[in-house]
Amino acid sequence: MSWEENEAASSQRAHAYTPGLKIKRSITMRKARLLPIMGEVTVDVGDTVNFDTIVARTTIQGDPVVVPASDPLGLNPDELPGFMVKNIGDEVEKDEVVAQYIAFFGLLKRFVRSPVDGTVEHVSSSTGRVTIRGKPIPLELKAYIPGKVVRVIPNEGVEIEANATFIQGIFGVGGESHGELTVLVDSPDEPLTTDMIAPEHKGKIIVGGSLAPLEALKRAVRMGVAGIVVGGVKGIDISDFIGYEIGVAITGHEEIGSTLVLTEGFGEIAMSERTFDLFRSLNGEAAAINGATQIRAGVQRPEIIILQDRWTAEPSAADIVAGMTPGTRIRVIRQPYFGEIGTVTALPVELQRLETGSHARVVEIELESGGRVLVPRANVEILEE
Amino acid sequence: MWKESEEAVSKLRKPREEMRYILATDVGSTTTKARFFERVKGEWRFVASGEAPSTVEAPYEDVTMGVRNAVREVEELTGLHILSDDENSIVVPYDGEKGVDLYCTTSSAGGGLQMLVAGVILNMTAESANRAALGAGAIVMDVMAVNDGRPDYRKIDRIKALRPDMIVLAGGTDGGTIKLVMEMAELLNSAKPRPRLGLGYDLPLIFAGNVDARPEVEKLMAGNFALSRVPNLRPTLEEENIDPTRRMIHELFMEHVMSHAPGYNNLRKWTDLDILPTPAGEGMAMQLIAHVNKANVLGVGLGGATTNVYSIFEGRFVRSVSANLGMSYSICNVLKEAGIDNIMRWIPFNLEAAEVIDRLRNKMIRPTTIPQTIEELIIEHAVAREALRLGLEHHKTIATRLKGGRRAEAGLATMFEEAQEETYIDMMKFDIIAGTGGLLSHAPVRSQSMLVMVDAWQPEGVTRLFQDSVFMMPHLGVLSTVYPEAAWQVFDKDCLVRLGTVIAPAGKANEGDHIADVALEMPDGTSVEEDIIFGEIKAVPLGEGEEAEAVIEPHKSLDVGMGGGKSITSKVGGGVVGVVLDGRGRPLSIPEDREARSRTLIKWWDALQLYPREQIEHLLGE
Repeated sequence: MSWEENEAASSQRAHAYTPGLKIKRSITMRKARLLPIMGEVTVDVGDTVNFDTIVARTTIQGDPVVVPASDPLGLNPDELPGFMVKNIGDEVEKDEVVAQYIAFFGLLKRFVRSPVDGTVEHVSSSTGRVTIRGKPIPLELKAYIPGKVVRVIPNEGVEIEANATFIQGIFGVGGESHGELTVLVDSPDEPLTTDMIAPEHKGKIIVGGSLAPLEALKRAVRMGVAGIVVGGVKGIDISDFIGYEIGVAITGHEEIGSTLVLTEGFGEIAMSERTFDLFRSLNGEAAAINGATQIRAGVQRPEIIILQDRWTAEPSAADIVAGMTPGTRIRVIRQPYFGEIGTVTALPVELQRLETGSHARVVEIELESGGRVLVPRANVEILEE
Repeated sequence: MWKESEEAVSKLRKPREEMRYILATDVGSTTTKARFFERVKGEWRFVASGEAPSTVEAPYEDVTMGVRNAVREVEELTGLHILSDDENSIVVPYDGEKGVDLYCTTSSAGGGLQMLVAGVILNMTAESANRAALGAGAIVMDVMAVNDGRPDYRKIDRIKALRPDMIVLAGGTDGGTIKLVMEMAELLNSAKPRPRLGLGYDLPLIFAGNVDARPEVEKLMAGNFALSRVPNLRPTLEEENIDPTRRMIHELFMEHVMSHAPGYNNLRKWTDLDILPTPAGEGMAMQLIAHVNKANVLGVGLGGATTNVYSIFEGRFVRSVSANLGMSYSICNVLKEAGIDNIMRWIPFNLEAAEVIDRLRNKMIRPTTIPQTIEELIIEHAVAREALRLGLEHHKTIATRLKGGRRAEAGLATMFEEAQEETYIDMMKFDIIAGTGGLLSHAPVRSQSMLVMVDAWQPEGVTRLFQDSVFMMPHLGVLSTVYPEAAWQVFDKDCLVRLGTVIAPAGKANEGDHIADVALEMPDGTSVEEDIIFGEIKAVPLGEGEEAEAVIEPHKSLDVGMGGGKSITSKVGGGVVGVVLDGRGRPLSIPEDREARSRTLIKWWDALQLYPREQIEHLLGE
């Protein structure tokens, strides 16, 4: 059969291009908390933990310091091992002598001292240098969300289970934090303004609507706000806020004082109504927030987890691989309908001509704002119900 | 080069002469692209394609899902069943009802092959090691050297922070001192870098330095790294021998890296052939163009995450990767490096810089979206010009003559000096420019990609331009390893789009000055006489596959290859755009005044019918 003979029929199902952001009213969340290297788990299955409970700890190797030794002692590199005062594996303190050269009955003395507290790791007779490994650095892992420990992975970490509302953002900055959820605007299209942020918001997670201007972000940090959740931030403001220009979306390590999560994107964009309604109904509840985002090589989206047990946990949503069918609710994620919500009405198989002149697979959508439009399938994301 | 591999050919499930259908995929960082080839009347042709977002990342973490989705599109378009009933494999060979006779793939997903390169002297052994890694299709995360200006603790911090897939350590000439290369070895050893894809295996390290240092390197590093040895890539200062290193990188890529990337073990079961890094496939295609045309070629693969530039200049093949320049994941890096003003200079209508920044940032966080409107397309083309410009700047720093030879006699101290030697890249001496990558291949009008490349790289004299029709150079590169005839037939007929030839006198004149006369002896025997006016560009139709003889007489100080004011006679190839007479001067200057710039850009675009006039007028508010 040649391809020309193919019957062009309208497909009833099409795979999703961009997985939708997860917006879950109530799920039983299982959060794995794992050490970066092996260590000790400090809680047991069945234990109840809070945000700041230490669930595991370990030590990470100290930094190595390479110390030139044969040159300052006036030796050839291969002579160095004979002049070491400390041997491989010996502990040393800062300024302690590790190698020495004493000649002429003590009249000529040369010393090499350790610049750090640590352990002698390597003495090189090729380069005449000594490597001293700094003291191990303790690392403690917090629970991040309150709940019950349901699994212990020996030496690695735990899984914590809790009933929660789970909301993924599209982009964030700053790491893990927590606080009381405080909605500061009346509608999802209302911007967060400077005057809304007050000293009483210290340690809280504040929620705005469509936009947080730079001044509002800065004020939130000054007030000690734990987290800011908003529809959008201007692209030019984000660099000023975090102090560097973003090149690729890999974030989470910023130390700016507050964690920021955008639910929609860059620019002034009303927060999705469903997301906003969830926040409003949970106003005052305790929540965890993490801005860490990594679009490439292991998609990680920022998140807000609001602990609640007022709603029964819903079963896990339909498989995202199932894709779009007529009736699927979607959001357009690119101009000219950027941010609009709609319902899939058809999925034509044939490539369609776009305004650009390109031909692409499209989806026909009935927009909530009215009108039926064609949009490239690549430019929509499925709204999880 | 396009040589078949006997070992790979022996794995084919059907004799090549009996094959009817071939499927090739490329698992890109953004999109998985399937290309379907069919033997039609004895000749291999490209007949259908399917694309789907790559699924190397969470929540999928299985590349075969993206491949399956892309192949399903091919199935829909061709009506042929290619996937097995459980959709967990591709049916090979074609059994008369379903399947394909051959399936092969390239991949750059999951960040491609990321390497750390270390040597003793930055612009000698480290530079050679860098060229070896780049030539093998790697993204080089950092180039370290004893004299790179960073104190040891900074180097250690950097090595620890990087999570490479592989390391190349070079340094020292054979028989020379081992002290400096051991210094670098000790730094690597004490920093204990972890491999990017998981903790369950030792990080591969290729030692390509002074052979006398091997025993010491082994003693120090064998327990901490998966150590391989290859002949010194700079056995003497006058000699560079990077092929053994390049081959070892490819071997280790399959053995160590691909086997740890999410879902690749499954994909490896789907294909009988080795999975090649996408840039290696692309590089083969670029070399083929140079070989067939006996020409100096400058090529580009403009991707979502990286920009690869290839030059084949007087037989020497060099590849550079700008890992931070791309059209989706890395689009904001182009913004960061070029600056918003440089992007805005290619946008003629009234759009605020802040709005453009928002749109680029939104593309960064939703990298798989595509432009739906002319306005969005023009913004992407503006960014592409800057990505290509910066990519070529980077390439020039790699495409340099061997350094160090002359200074060897002057002693070690002099060798440490940062002598910046000029690149040998000379735009007047390139005969062909070739482009591939989503943005160039998907440009709705071919003259768009032609002008994007010409604006960015500013070819001088007489230069032919080619582009990949629907992005399949990597596919054909990997296919060529087992079935070169099929690859070449598709390459020639369906992949390589001949855009035309640009005639661009280098130099400056006053706006409106008459700067060259061009006489074209057309294939039908007629003669066409044109003049080139400074500040203007125009196209003379000359179809694909046609050639004309051009006599070009530049005026005064303007140069088309033989020096100021000297005429040349040259064969010019036609194409879908034709012969473009580019009188805009070199270097190209764009008016700074917003209105003048807008008028100038639109004049150039209209001359080549880049975008629909009514759309542009609408965007201008006219």
